[in-house]
Amino acid sequence: MTIATLPPPAPLPAEPPAERSNYLNVSYGVVSWLLTKDHKRIAILYLISVTAMFFLGGAAISIVRLHLITPQGALVSADTYNRLFTMHGVIMVFFFLVPVAPAVLGNFCLPLMIGAKDLAFPRINLLSWYLYVVGGAWTLYAMLTEGVDTGWTFYAPYSSQATHYNVVPTLIGLVLAGFSSLFTGLNFIVTTHWLRAPGLTWFRLPIFVWAMYATSFISLLAVPVLAMALILLMLERLLHIGIFDPALGGDPLLFQHLFWFYSHPAVYIMILPGMGIVSEVIPCFARKALFGYKFVACSSLAIAFLSFLVWAHHMFVAGITLYAALIFSCLSFLVAVPSAIKVFNWTATLYKGSIAFETPMLFCLGFVALFTSGGLTGLFLATLGVDMHVHDTYFVIAHFHFIMVGGMVMAYMGGLHFWWPKMTGRMYSQWWSRLAALIIFVGFFLTFLPQFVVGYNGMPRRYYQYVPEFQVWNVLSSAGASILAVGYLLPLGYLFYSLRYGPRTGDNPWGATGLEWQTSSPPPRDNFAVTPTVYRGPYEYDTGKAQNEP
Amino acid sequence: MLESGKSAWFPPEGSTTAAHVDLLLYFLVAVTASVGLLVAFLMFYFCIKYRRRPGAGRPAKTNASHALEWFWTITPMFIFAVMFIWGAVVYVDAYHAPADAIPIYGIGKQWMWKFQHPEGQREINTLHVPLGRPVQVLLTSEDVIHSFFVPGFRVHMDVLPNRYTSVWFQATRPGDYHLFCSQYCGTNHAGMIGTVVVMEQADFENWLSLHAEGSLALEGRKVFLKYRCISCHSANSGARAPVLEGLYGSTARLNTGKAVVADDAYIRESILDPGAKIAAGWENIMPTFRGQVSEEEIYALIAYFRSLKRGETPRRVEDYPPPTATPPINTTAPDGRASDGRASDSKPSQPAQP
Amino acid sequence: MSLRDTLFTPAEQTALFDHTFLARERLEEQYASLPHQSETAAFGMWVFLATEVMFFGTLFLAVGAYWCLDPQTIELASLELNWKIGSINTFVLLASSLMMVLAIHATQLNQQKQAYRYLLITAGLGICFLGFKAVEYYIDYRENLIPGFKFDDAEWIARGVDASRIGYVKIFLFLYWVMTGFHALHVTIGIIAVSVMAVLTRRGRYSREYYSPLDVTGLYWHFVDVVWIFLFPTLYLLGTHTL
Repeated sequence: MTIATLPPPAPLPAEPPAERSNYLNVSYGVVSWLLTKDHKRIAILYLISVTAMFFLGGAAISIVRLHLITPQGALVSADTYNRLFTMHGVIMVFFFLVPVAPAVLGNFCLPLMIGAKDLAFPRINLLSWYLYVVGGAWTLYAMLTEGVDTGWTFYAPYSSQATHYNVVPTLIGLVLAGFSSLFTGLNFIVTTHWLRAPGLTWFRLPIFVWAMYATSFISLLAVPVLAMALILLMLERLLHIGIFDPALGGDPLLFQHLFWFYSHPAVYIMILPGMGIVSEVIPCFARKALFGYKFVACSSLAIAFLSFLVWAHHMFVAGITLYAALIFSCLSFLVAVPSAIKVFNWTATLYKGSIAFETPMLFCLGFVALFTSGGLTGLFLATLGVDMHVHDTYFVIAHFHFIMVGGMVMAYMGGLHFWWPKMTGRMYSQWWSRLAALIIFVGFFLTFLPQFVVGYNGMPRRYYQYVPEFQVWNVLSSAGASILAVGYLLPLGYLFYSLRYGPRTGDNPWGATGLEWQTSSPPPRDNFAVTPTVYRGPYEYDTGKAQNEP
Repeated sequence: MLESGKSAWFPPEGSTTAAHVDLLLYFLVAVTASVGLLVAFLMFYFCIKYRRRPGAGRPAKTNASHALEWFWTITPMFIFAVMFIWGAVVYVDAYHAPADAIPIYGIGKQWMWKFQHPEGQREINTLHVPLGRPVQVLLTSEDVIHSFFVPGFRVHMDVLPNRYTSVWFQATRPGDYHLFCSQYCGTNHAGMIGTVVVMEQADFENWLSLHAEGSLALEGRKVFLKYRCISCHSANSGARAPVLEGLYGSTARLNTGKAVVADDAYIRESILDPGAKIAAGWENIMPTFRGQVSEEEIYALIAYFRSLKRGETPRRVEDYPPPTATPPINTTAPDGRASDGRASDSKPSQPAQP
Repeated sequence: MSLRDTLFTPAEQTALFDHTFLARERLEEQYASLPHQSETAAFGMWVFLATEVMFFGTLFLAVGAYWCLDPQTIELASLELNWKIGSINTFVLLASSLMMVLAIHATQLNQQKQAYRYLLITAGLGICFLGFKAVEYYIDYRENLIPGFKFDDAEWIARGVDASRIGYVKIFLFLYWVMTGFHALHVTIGIIAVSVMAVLTRRGRYSREYYSPLDVTGLYWHFVDVVWIFLFPTLYLLGTHTL
């Protein structure tokens, strides 16, 4: 297979290829899916569970945003509100953002991208999914029955002593989900080291693989610390020992340090895969090699490493010493540098390219714009003098939503739309998907830009009511949220529709150079009939040759 | 009382700190907006200029440029260095209260704020402060972690149980400013709202005299006698504990050889956890008062020690029954000197003869 | 066509119904050769052990943090732990690790029977460890060293701990129970794994050509031993014991 000509923007092969045996039709039945070892099927299983979680978390916050239209907040009671925002945070962080790109796209694409037939430990991969599902079910049960109101940060001593809600079951579910992502990370690291196809040296790996590697590195080292912190919190709650409770001699700041030691690197677990996706999509649709490949690859590792050194920037006004604050502020600026490098490289990739605006590209260009904005506001938070004012206000909420939603979710949508033909063998409607991208982009800005303003004005987080002068911003934000909701529901519609009625695609509808595109769409169960040999780097669009073309 | 101008666009700039923070903000906005707009413009421009045209061939590979890479790696570092240093300067300034700041003793609890002035005035959810004078609010919590946040002053500090934190500010505009709790603390976290009322000096004095209760230091002296601290910490020879005159703010020498500053946290620890630090030359015989003395009483004791001058330790309870008359009101600086040069009102006045 | 044939491919059927997937040295399709698979498995175990280091490391950090806050009280608390049983257990685990090494060595020499015996002794020593641990826990129970369950404030005040510092004693003992508890849990998992390995070795599954599961189990067992090597001084030897 060669990429001698540039394919047309709307890929429709003249005759649909006959349905070959692929991973979807090789066996039928629920059991063959629930006991599968195939990384592609596990990715689909994750896709279903993760999507369900996304809409649950989204439903929770829709109620919150509706409630916040008036300053007194007349929709739900204070207790319900508190449980709703906690539910939103817990679900979105632990059950959507952390697993989504590694477990869905990583699971599906990583072995394909390196020319392997599966991950190193397929049964552990399946175990990861079961841990996720059981953990998710447990936590959901806890949150939908009694509920939890501590916020996703579970600060002691409120969470260990004062709250009367379902903290312990929630935490058990989170520990299980944590181990799920830990095992996924373990699988990815080992796979990347040991299962690369012949000729695939480290610096010929697609950036998505580098991103998965860096993400997995963080997962492996940070998740156990969170697991232990949550276990200690659970035990304290059950046994009233007081490791974090000052009334019993403990130190609440110890909990914050242990919690953020995981949770800060966690945010990089959430964003690095997005950066990897964008690094695949932009070269493909600009028909140009990624500018500064080595710098982008190494910056992923740099981010992974530096992410462990900055956790206390969440604690600048928590009562840490002046010297600690100074050190962590300085390091936080340092961690911004590799991200900046990536943004500049993506922009330079566009230079003198040949750019087409298919849906994946739209999502990824949106990512660059929104992630850059969000990242720049992160500088405000690293700056001690400003953070001391905006800490725990809507400014912080806006910042991380720009990165997480404007960044990661957009990138995930971009990746989902990019690899959808590969995963399903079907193409979705270009018109509807571009509309969805546009609606999401507009809705996003309207939702979160006002939150910067109201945050600097002093509206604190987690407030079920607020002072009247903040109302205009809250109304704007809620209006944007309703648009955003529409934008997210649309893909549910047209992607589902494409499964049944979408035109079948060829192996490589986008004309990309990666190894995953050199096998059929959907791929056969064992990925490649013959293990490919790699002759060149991942983005040599100028030569027009795929990675495995001699 | 002037309204502090509640606009929806920007918080009122009500303190010296606010002015510093806002200036820093403008700088950050300018730099990040320039960079952001530059990137956005470039992306937009490239997308238009290099959009795919039908019949176009494959684009050539642009040479990766190490020079460019190092440029856009190193340049941001310099910009970040400026941001870091400026931010650190503002933060350090906000961290260290001036020596002449008026101490206010604040307690956060679910879901209210309690404040006490050095002259003894108590307030709930409201805090009256004078214009143009530095004020330091000492903070502790009675239950979970709260956070003292006055957006108009741009001051913010978590309020922790069993520990002291503090903020300081110097109000520059009279009016009402919101006080929010900004660390989630339970059901009514959003209801834990107060108001900081900044008044002109004259109005403030007026307010103080209308709410006079007896100075906090005097309260502290009563607590000192109530718990029989005097039985060991007396001025008699052969006393079993050091006299505490002039202790506050001085450097205490411990029996381990270390020297520590006897500040608010030191005093609180000595009352609740006396074995932690023993003054040199004395035995570890002080019992703990944890569970007996409340946070408000500890604040009162601190105010008392702040004002305790040489020769002022009461002798024995029986010799000096607690005063019944309210001493004259004046604003007292922590070192005991009154603003108008009069003697400190924390010194017990002559007792009325029973 | 049986139901099995409709549901599963032949390869899947082997995996699901053969019941020997643990034992049979089946080359998985993603590996180029058996040595490739074996090396990958060992690497995977090393990566997993790195995560375990972080897991236990958090607890070591907590102990360290409280020791920094109040060394005297923590040391007083540490003195009450049963260092004698702890020392015996240290030797037990070290011996068991030696046995594990010898088992692998024997397998490399195709001496399966010998390997089987060594594995049995390894598991046996592991059970001894748990036995001693149980005895120690019982003694701790009798000596009121279980905060939140069986604890006597007055005893500690008599030992010279300030009343206001009892909280630290409780925190230290709590961490002792959590750390030794999690360690014991890991030892138990290890014993089960070693026992399974012993059974399979007896059946001749492993040889010089293929002993990857043994290798991986050995790594895990050594790690469990190493955790104890750090755990013992951190918990038991903070104070100065006298004989």
